[in-house]
Amino acid sequence: MRNPLSDKVISIEPSGIRKFFDIVSEMKDAISLGVGEPDFDTPWHIRDEGIYSLEKGRTFYTSNAGLKELKVEICKYLKRRVGLDYDYNLETLVTVGGSEAIDLALRAMINPGDEVLIPQPSYVSYLPCTVLADGVPVVIELKAENQFKLTRQELLDGITPKTKILILPFPNNPTGAIMTREELKEIVEVVIEKDIFVITDEIYSELSYSGNHVSIAEFPGMKERTILINGFSKAYAMTGWRLGYAVGPKEIIEQMIKIHQFAIMCAPTTSQYAAVEALKNGDEDVAAMREAYDQRRRFLVNAFKEMKLECFEPFGAFYVFPCIREFGMTSDEFATRLLKEEKVAVVPGTAFGSCGEGFLRISYAYSLENLKLALERINRFVERLRAEKCN
Amino acid sequence: MREKILSYIEKNSRIDIKDLAVLLGMEEAEVANELSAMEQEKVICGYHTLIDWEKTNNEKVTALIEVRVTPQRGQGFDRIAERIYNYPEVNAVYLMSGGFDFTVIIEGKTMRDVAQFVSDKLAPQEAILSTATHFVLKKYKDHGTVLVQGSKDERMLVTP
Repeated sequence: MRNPLSDKVISIEPSGIRKFFDIVSEMKDAISLGVGEPDFDTPWHIRDEGIYSLEKGRTFYTSNAGLKELKVEICKYLKRRVGLDYDYNLETLVTVGGSEAIDLALRAMINPGDEVLIPQPSYVSYLPCTVLADGVPVVIELKAENQFKLTRQELLDGITPKTKILILPFPNNPTGAIMTREELKEIVEVVIEKDIFVITDEIYSELSYSGNHVSIAEFPGMKERTILINGFSKAYAMTGWRLGYAVGPKEIIEQMIKIHQFAIMCAPTTSQYAAVEALKNGDEDVAAMREAYDQRRRFLVNAFKEMKLECFEPFGAFYVFPCIREFGMTSDEFATRLLKEEKVAVVPGTAFGSCGEGFLRISYAYSLENLKLALERINRFVERLRAEKCN
Repeated sequence: MREKILSYIEKNSRIDIKDLAVLLGMEEAEVANELSAMEQEKVICGYHTLIDWEKTNNEKVTALIEVRVTPQRGQGFDRIAERIYNYPEVNAVYLMSGGFDFTVIIEGKTMRDVAQFVSDKLAPQEAILSTATHFVLKKYKDHGTVLVQGSKDERMLVTP
């Protein structure tokens, strides 16, 4: 029999998180600080709207780009939260999670050999999606001393004549880093001067803890070269509903809709109806969840400070990214031992790019009791390692 | 800042002051001062425990009594309310808008206890025109806390 598989797919590494998941799932009574999704349930009024749409028999396809009502609400939301005007009809596409939007944007924009700048550590799908779209991923290694923000110089160093797209993943998973207006301005100047496009993944935009999130698309001259991706998973605790969206220049959105139409048809109808309710009446829920995350964020940062574990203060998403280099172990070794010896699951920083070596992603999408218990165990582990080192 | 402290301890009054200070990004002394100030000002009126008595061997019935009254000259409703709330078995008294005047929540050991309270102590009072007693059959949610089911974290242990 002939080889049934595509060489390109074979060349792609399976997600590092997956490997770790397999180890964790065999452990009984492990405490996990390893998830990348909210611990809250979707607010009831949103769930109720989903249920109501089912009761009403709204079980058909929607138009490819999504329900008109939802697209209108998305545009109102973007106007309200980041002051951006998009046309609901031509510049808005509802997708199956932010992940689909990332894939579509890359596939709609890349010609074979185009280079895509991917700052890392970052979400696991940018690189494989680039490869699948015949692009050439060029990794920019973000640095702890810059609090894992993208700097002007790092961007300039990554640009070649073949560079077409910059992926901008802030607020960042796994580091929790954000980019301020001033920091983005420096990026904007380079992007416009070098005539590259931006795919900005703003799925954690509502989880910003030092003032409102700033989108790169707000800067003059940027809206026409930016695909902005967001969704409902993190802000409204709706991960399982699989719903996201992309907005941007109509020429690009039009091509993204084409791929979406052939690959997916449309995002789930029930989820779309629920999302309309989320955008119309969900602002207070978002604020309450943001406040709860912010409290835990302070709690965790403080706990690591007390443990004397190096950890910069993150201002976005729901992760802290402490450094474990002092123990002379790889992230993988540290995480594996922590799991085996203290039954606490965290994700090695290397799951998000090789420059995550020496770091751990620790999620605070957990109750305070759970965090406290886990921190006690981590503290015990860290002290044991330090004692080992002394001997 | 007071509101932040209050909204947290309203849900969990047993939290360490030290932890609370970290969560709210405040100094420990500052939180302690605010708390004791609010206790003195009776902004904080008590720290109670939410108990699901159903799960104990202790039999308890709760009743909600609608009370209609004639307000007394010069004293309005307050005097009548006082006559009701001074009974230790009365848990709560609210002045209501709408078709009746007070909601009185009382707890007794048995339905008979409660009935006796209504017929011996409430109904004979001069200002009280009528009462309607409703017994609580099951508490699903109390003080913002769902009592009927425990929630379990069903998320996968590690996700990107």
